[in-house]
Order: sequence, then C-alpha cells, then structure tokens
Amino acid sequence: MKKLIVTACMLAMVMSTLTGCVKKTQESPSEPAAGTVQGDESAAQGEASTTQLPANETQSAAVNEKELNIYTALEDEQVTDYLTEFKEQNPDVTIHITRDSTGIITSKLLAEKDNPIADVVWGLSATSLLVLKQNDMLEGYAPEGVDRILPEFKDAAEVPDWVGIDAWETAWLVNKEVLKSKGIDTVPASYEDLLDPKYEGLIAMPNPASSGTGLLTVNGILQLMGEEKGWEYLDALDKNVAVYTHSGSQPAKEAASGEYGIGISFGYRCINSASEVGPEIAEAVFPSEGSGWDVEANALIKKADQKEISKTFLDWAISDNIMQKYAENYPIVAIGVGSGVPEGYAQNPVDQLIKPMDFENLAKNRETTLDEWTLRYDAKSAQKE
Amino acid sequence: MKNLKRKLENISIENFLKGLILYSVLVFLIIFLVFPLGTLFVRAFQRPDGSPAGFEQFARYFTNPAMLQSVGNTFFVAIVSTLVSVGLAFLFSYSLSRKNIRFKNFFRYIGMVPIFAPTMLLGIALIYLFGNKGILTAAGLGIPLYGKVGIIIAESIYCFPVATTILMVAFSGADNRLYEAADSMGTSAWRKMITITIPNVKYGLISALFVSFTYSFTDFGAPSVVGGNYNVLATDVYKQVVGQQNFNMGAVVGIVLLFPAVLSFAVDRITSSKQNASISSKAVPYVIKPHKTSDRLAAGFCWLITAAMLLFFGVALFASLIKLWPYNLTLTLKNYDLTRVAAGAGTAAFRNSVLIALAAAAMGTVACFLTAYMTERIQKFPKTRKLTYFLGITPLAIPGTVVGLSYILFFNASWFGIPFTSYALQSPFYALYGTIWIVIFADIIHFFSVPFTTAVTSLKRLDKEFETVSESMGVPFYHTLGRVIIPLCLPAIIEMFVYYFVNALVTVSAVVFIYSARVPLAAVAIVNLEGAGDTAPAAAMCMLLLFINLGVRLIYEAIRRHQEKKGQRP
Repeated sequence: MKKLIVTACMLAMVMSTLTGCVKKTQESPSEPAAGTVQGDESAAQGEASTTQLPANETQSAAVNEKELNIYTALEDEQVTDYLTEFKEQNPDVTIHITRDSTGIITSKLLAEKDNPIADVVWGLSATSLLVLKQNDMLEGYAPEGVDRILPEFKDAAEVPDWVGIDAWETAWLVNKEVLKSKGIDTVPASYEDLLDPKYEGLIAMPNPASSGTGLLTVNGILQLMGEEKGWEYLDALDKNVAVYTHSGSQPAKEAASGEYGIGISFGYRCINSASEVGPEIAEAVFPSEGSGWDVEANALIKKADQKEISKTFLDWAISDNIMQKYAENYPIVAIGVGSGVPEGYAQNPVDQLIKPMDFENLAKNRETTLDEWTLRYDAKSAQKE
Repeated sequence: MKNLKRKLENISIENFLKGLILYSVLVFLIIFLVFPLGTLFVRAFQRPDGSPAGFEQFARYFTNPAMLQSVGNTFFVAIVSTLVSVGLAFLFSYSLSRKNIRFKNFFRYIGMVPIFAPTMLLGIALIYLFGNKGILTAAGLGIPLYGKVGIIIAESIYCFPVATTILMVAFSGADNRLYEAADSMGTSAWRKMITITIPNVKYGLISALFVSFTYSFTDFGAPSVVGGNYNVLATDVYKQVVGQQNFNMGAVVGIVLLFPAVLSFAVDRITSSKQNASISSKAVPYVIKPHKTSDRLAAGFCWLITAAMLLFFGVALFASLIKLWPYNLTLTLKNYDLTRVAAGAGTAAFRNSVLIALAAAAMGTVACFLTAYMTERIQKFPKTRKLTYFLGITPLAIPGTVVGLSYILFFNASWFGIPFTSYALQSPFYALYGTIWIVIFADIIHFFSVPFTTAVTSLKRLDKEFETVSESMGVPFYHTLGRVIIPLCLPAIIEMFVYYFVNALVTVSAVVFIYSARVPLAAVAIVNLEGAGDTAPAAAMCMLLLFINLGVRLIYEAIRRHQEKKGQRP
C-alpha cells in the first residue's frame, strides 16, 4: 500500500508537468529540425516543467530585437570577415549564425516552414530562395539602395522578395602534378574534355543534393545541353567521377592537396586554392562552353513578429562597404563588375556565364532534378564497390 | 479514509526518501530514454504529415537499391572490423596478461589512446598515410583507401581499446590448477590454448565481439571522412535527417541500426550472467612462466601495436601542425587558431564541449551512482528496482546516432499526438530544445550503462551488513550512504566520472543531430570542417580534444596512485 501511495505521488508530479491535454487542432505539430534554435535560452534553461505556449503565441508575445538568427550558405571564413562591420555597428545585438551547405540550409528552412527560426537568409542561392518563395515563406522588403542592384540579380517585384549580392559559377581545379603522375599532360578545358576515359577515377564533384555548387553545375549542364543530352552527359561523367562530396569547396581543396586530379567546384574556391599551392601545381579552369551559375541572395523570412534588426541587417548586407568585401572574393557582384579582368580570371567573368539561366523554372524543378540525380548516381556509386 | 491516514503516518521519512529517490531515477530514465525512443518508433510508422503509414516507409526503404546496398555495406565493414580488432586485441591482452614481457603498463596505456580522440581523427590520419599523397603511399604501400578499406582500418583501431579492456578482465580470471594439471600430463601449449585458455575467456571473447560489432556498425565519424561513396547506415541517417530533413525516413534507418545492437545486447546479457559462475572460489591465480620464444613474440607484437598507434597519432599531430599538405610542409600553429573556424565560433564551440563534458560527467556520475545504489542496496520495491536496472543497462544497446535522432524527434515537438487517438499533449520538454541541456542529457543517457555497471559492481563488493547494522542502530540510510558507502566506492566514482568526461568530449554521433547554432560544439565543428575540405584545422581540433582527455586521464592516474598508496599504509 505504501508503495502505491508513493507511486501515486510520483505520477501526480509527472502529470502536473504534462499540463493541458487538449484536442489536436487542424494544424499539425510543427516539424522538428536538426541543429536549430528554439525558444529563448534563458527561459529554456529554467524549470523543465514550465509549460510552453503553442509556438505562434510565444512569438507574438515579445519581439527580441537583441537577437538575430541568420541562416547562410556563405563560406565559413567569409562569414567571420564580413560580419565584423555589422557587429561594430550593432554591438548590443547577439548574432546566431547557422551555416551549412546550400542544400542543407534549404531543407532546414523548408522543414521549419510552420515555425521559422531564421529571421533573415543571407547569401543563399537564388534557386533555393525561389523554392522558399514558391512555398510562400518570404516577406517582400526593399532594402536601402536596392535600386543599385542590377535587375537580373533581384526579384522582379516592386518590393522584391529576394535581393542578390553576388554570383558564383562552375569552375574546376586541376592538379597537374597528380595528372602527370598518371601520365597525363593535358588540362581538361571543357565539359567535353572531362569525359575522356583517361580521367577515370580522378574527378571529385559536389553532390547537388547537399551542395549549391553541385546543383548549379548540374543545372548549367542541363540548360546548356537540354534535358536529354544533359543527363546523357552526366551519365558519361559519372564513369570518371571518383567521389561526390558533401560541399562545393571540398573538391577544389582536395584536388589542391593532391587527393584527386580534378575537383569540380566554383571560381573563387578554385582560384584561391590554386594560388595557395602555386601555378606550377594547380590551375583553375573555367569550362569553355560556359559556366553554370547562381546568385547568392538575401531575403526576409515571413513570420508573425518581424524584427526591425532584420531589416537593418538586410540594408547593411547590400551597403557599399560590404559590396566591396563581396567583390574581393567574387568578382561578379550584384551592382555590376568593375572595369578590367579580376586576378585569376582569363576573361570578363560575366561573359563566362551560361545565359540565360531560368532560375524560376530551375527552382520549380529543383526537387525533380535532385531526385533524378540521386536515383541515377547515389545508388550507382554505391553499387560500384 | 482513516485507514489511509494511518498508512500514511506509518511511512517513515526514511522510506519516503528511498521511494522518492528510486522513483526520481526511474522517472528520469523514462523521460530521457523511454519517451524519446518511443517517439522514434512512432515516427517510423508515420508519414511526414503525421498520418499513420504502417510499414509503408519500411517497404520504401527496403525496395530502394541504394539503401539496401548500405545495409550490406554496413554488415560487411562491421564484421570484418570486428574480427580484425578482436583478433588483435586478443593477442595483445593475452601477451599482457599471460606472457612475461616488460613495460606492460606502457603498452596498456598506448593501447587505450584511440578512445581519447574523435573517430574522425583516425580517418584523417589514414588520409595522410594512405591517401593519394599519403606518406606510406609515396613509400609504395598504397591501398584503395576511400571506401571499405579505409572504414575497416579506422573501425578496427577504434574498437581495439574496448575489446582489449574486456579481454584483459576475462584473462585475469584464470585457474592455475588447470594449467598445472595439463603440464603434469605433458599437454602441448597449443592444446592448452584450445582446451583451457579459450574456453576460459569464452564469454569475454563473445562480449568483445559484440561490443566491437555494435561500435563499428554504428560509428559515424570514420565513414564520414574516409567512406568516399561507400554508403553505410550511420552516414545514411545523417543524409536523410540533416541533408534532407526527412525525419521519418531517418527514424526508419534508426530502427534498422538498432536491430544488431539489440541482438548483441541480448547475447551480452546472457553471457555475462553465465560468466559470474564460471570461476570457482577455490581457483588459484595464474602464474606466468617464462618461455623465451613466445615471450619474445609477445613483446614483438606489443611493440608492433605500439608502433602502429604512435605512427597514427604522430601523423595526426603532424597533419595539424603543417601549413599545406603536401606542398608546403612549414610548421605552423595557424590550424590551432580557433577563432578562424566555425564562422568565428570555434572558441565558443571548444568551451561548450568542455563544459558539456564536465556537466555530463558530474550529473551522469551522480545519476548512475544513485541508480546503482537504489537497485543494489535497497530491499524495498523489488519490481521497480528490476525495471530501473533494466533501463539502466539498456543504453548500451543504443547507438549514438539513434540517441541523437530520437532526441530531436522527442524534444523538438511542441505537441505529442497520443497514438491511435486524436488527442495531443503539450510537451513541457520543448523548452530544452536548442539549449546546452539537451546535449548534456543526451550524453548522460548515451554513456549511462558502463558507469552504471561499474557502480553496481563496486556496490556488490561491499558487505550487505553495512545497511543491516546501521538500520538496527537507528542510523538513517543516507548517513550510511554518505559516510560509509560513498567513501568506499570513491575509486569507482572517480573512474565513472573520467569515463563520462572522456566519452562526452569526443562523441560525434549523438550530438551531430541536436546541437544548435546557439550552442556550437567542437565535435560538430570538426565534422563541418572536414566536410568543407579543411582537413588540417579539423585535425588540430581533434588533437586539442585528445590532449584534454589525456590530461584528464593523467590526473586520474595520479589520484588513483595517491589513493592506492594511502590504502597501503597501515
């Protein structure tokens, strides 16, 4: 009997924490998302038994202007560098950066659709932002100085849903030393060259499901050659590919360190990694047929409690100083390219881009393209073993 | 009513306290172990929108050739790694416990080193040794590293320390009378091995095999570095959950990951219960007899293992210290600059990881010890005690990836649907999500079983009379606990703390799903660095974690020595 009473006491304690047994409403419980932020930390560290209000109510309760959640797919070292100025200007704002490859940031944002954590998206591919737009997740906002942004770098609407900052494009890094050790003394200059059987097992390429660079490369090829020919090309390329990597920078970095002969990546990364090891070893190559490309863009996430600080951030993110910073890394910025050819580029980088890239359509087909790709090469690469 | 009142009055404070503690630990285990796992099972049978799916997702999983391939791959690498690591560990621990060789302590410590570092470090060292530009590749010892070969080597090293530890214990319990009898009959050394030694350590061997199998079946770190396109289940879960945010499919893979672990767990329980009875109380401890040839062979083998370990970790250290492999071999500390990694949050990530390891060690040790105390030293509530004991040893069977996955599923839902009804409960635990606490609790649960078993073993050794005597003298149990039991168990308690700290600091598989941008973690930063191709900073961060763990271990050894000396004094 004693035992029973103790049990009852404990049960009562447990039940008191599970307050509010209610009939489930129409809206489904919000989808969980890996590695994301929920609630206010100080509140969260309190009693575990504190009853939480449904998410949308807590949100409208208080807008915390001192905290800004930024989702970004910019390169790690760029984020640190770029943010210095914003932090100086807004010293009392705590910034939480969620950084990962394009595909992962995109699926995270989609998963959090009903209960978004991100306040703003910074430097995510236009293709991904258009997917978010098609899911009605973006709030139009015209940041200060948006007029300077060239029309092909922003949403067409009067109050644009997304505003671009720069563009990045397919390139590859060739490790001539590695190729030489395999008895190859040529440097592949075009997509067609990459199909040469002598490069078998020497190519690393980013997986488009996780990497934005991978997706824009695949999209570029499909755009350039058409659906049918494009997939035929990718089938042939797959025979030469040794590994599909998680991120877009990994192939260039690993080719630079001699793990692979050719790393399909993007312009900035190839030029940077090639210059690190020196021109006698590595060379950055832009495909002669033209490069697939995408715009890195910013957007405001639609949510009940818009923060002023989010808008301040979006204004800053296309201001003159930061545009100059972007330009140091990516020569094609959204306010146009300066005169002259930037270091490491053979020609004006804008001429290198495949035109036109129909981003609206690419966004619509994103899932189909990725499913097709995964079906063809994820299964195939596993079976090769 | 009157009856109830009288009953209530009859409950002594002491019994109430006992019940309170026992039920607290039980509730703790239910909330942080049973509920999350339950959620995992529920979600595997649901569509993403929450509607019941039956076996639909399992069917989709098992008809997808790529996924099936992963199941085969995972079994293959796990079986081979298990055989290799247990084979080496068998020879190693046999040499250390049955052969007349010098530097035994040194060899034992060297053999333990791999557990102090994240498994990614093993992968990174392999790339520097056997990669296309690897040191040994240049020496003509190239192997097809990326894929199964790399994974198998890394997992074999990873499982070696735990297999060695288990086998050392098994070898320590021998009955020398059997060997004496065999010698007097002129039995050959080989025959003694087959008929006495191996049957003697049979259960230890089985347990080592299964533990190694579980480890290599579920590890995420090494395949993520050297797996190439060779997909295994642990990386599949990551792709499904982090890459595509497909939690329900992730739950399906999680359950597949659970099967062999549960099997090995069952085998482990059966064998360990038999093992207790295998050595009689009249047994005479084994006496090592010198034997020149085999002693030399054993010493040679130990040196070989030592050389391999030193090579591995030496290369990893080297990798973290040079500028640009393989073209610029200038030494630099640049890779150790934490402010340059994880979008500037490297230092915070590192600090968080140490804090979390400390907190998990402190809280986990208390939780494990109390749970063990309640199940071992209290006579009341037999059924509840049995249940608590069972829950206490269950985490052993649950891979880190599954712990992490079930934690996001459970803690990130602001509402739970009650299965088969249209009702939902508000979750009071939602508040933990995205905080440092969820990581701490995940670590406490993930590593619960080993310290719990340590505590149970050390409590079992104490005389049952302590409680009986103190009860008859009217001393409350908590005084006995505080003044007698805890001081006597102190060595075990410190050991539990160190185990928790070391493991919580380097674990990747559990935390990779539940960390948040607000609480960056070192182990996750390493995965991201490696994913972006920044191998050298990743190696540097691994080395930092390794150094901290070695430091903690050295402090532990110093304390232990000090205590042993104290104990020897009259």
